[in-house]
Amino acid sequence: MVDLIKSVEEQYLKEGVPDFGPGDTVRVSVKVVEGGRERIQVFEGTVMRLRRGGANKSFTVRRISHGVGVERTFLVNSPRVDKIEVTRRGRVRRAQLYYLRGRIGKAARIKEKR
Amino acid sequence: MTRIFDDTGTIVPVTVIEAGPCYITQVKKSETDGYSAVQIGFGTAKRLTEPKKGHLKKLPPLKYLREVRATDMSSVKVGQKIDASLFQQGESVDVTGISKGKGFAGVVKRHHFGGGPKTHGQSDRHRAPGSVGAGTTPGRVLKGMRMAGRMGNERITVKNLEIVQADPARNLLLIKGAVPGGRNSLLIIKKARKAG
Repeated sequence: MVDLIKSVEEQYLKEGVPDFGPGDTVRVSVKVVEGGRERIQVFEGTVMRLRRGGANKSFTVRRISHGVGVERTFLVNSPRVDKIEVTRRGRVRRAQLYYLRGRIGKAARIKEKR
Repeated sequence: MTRIFDDTGTIVPVTVIEAGPCYITQVKKSETDGYSAVQIGFGTAKRLTEPKKGHLKKLPPLKYLREVRATDMSSVKVGQKIDASLFQQGESVDVTGISKGKGFAGVVKRHHFGGGPKTHGQSDRHRAPGSVGAGTTPGRVLKGMRMAGRMGNERITVKNLEIVQADPARNLLLIKGAVPGGRNSLLIIKKARKAG
């Protein structure tokens, strides 16, 4: 039953996750294991899409790093994701911002929400 | 199905199964019944037929009754309760169920045939089975030739599935991967016959 699945997923849901959506700029702190020890890596960029689905909620962040577009998908409730901070709210008119992939520089800007 | 995180943060696909409470409704012995087996009941029935009422005299109204063959019957008796506490985390199990019906399926889906070439002037040959036999000798199609037909809706056992989590409090089992059948279908879960 779906309710049973929900009850299982509930224990994996994180608390205190900020509300964010496509177009927002976020700073994601991810735990990375490097040579036996763990450290925190920060990935900052634009939220390109947000997929809901209980414990499996995920989002994709896009940034331009050294002139190359980089996209990373994170699971919101993953224990590897340490912290999510929203640094800027963007005003966009669609749910999936795939059009950003074809744009560089000024054209890839997103207006700030007021 | 859903996905959960394990200790290292890796994601594991799991099927959530309500495993109980089940009751032993009958113990069949070779002396009296000709073979030895255990009958197990599960679920709550709204109404019971009179014969079933008589069969489940001191037991709750169970919706499903299923029989499992057994050899060592010393530890079971009628009325005994079975639930998810029977299984432990990390254990391997065999899961039996009725698979989803696929209807009349072609040979590519049903028997994993490769189909025909997609290009080079092919028409109507993309998912065709190809030749089904030789010529005048034997002059017939051999028995058991794999062809299109009804697929699914049959009893299937998936072996050696891992139990990711057993929750006796809620009678839930989380089993890694998929199991036969659709949502809310009835399953038989046994400890794996062959180790891992």
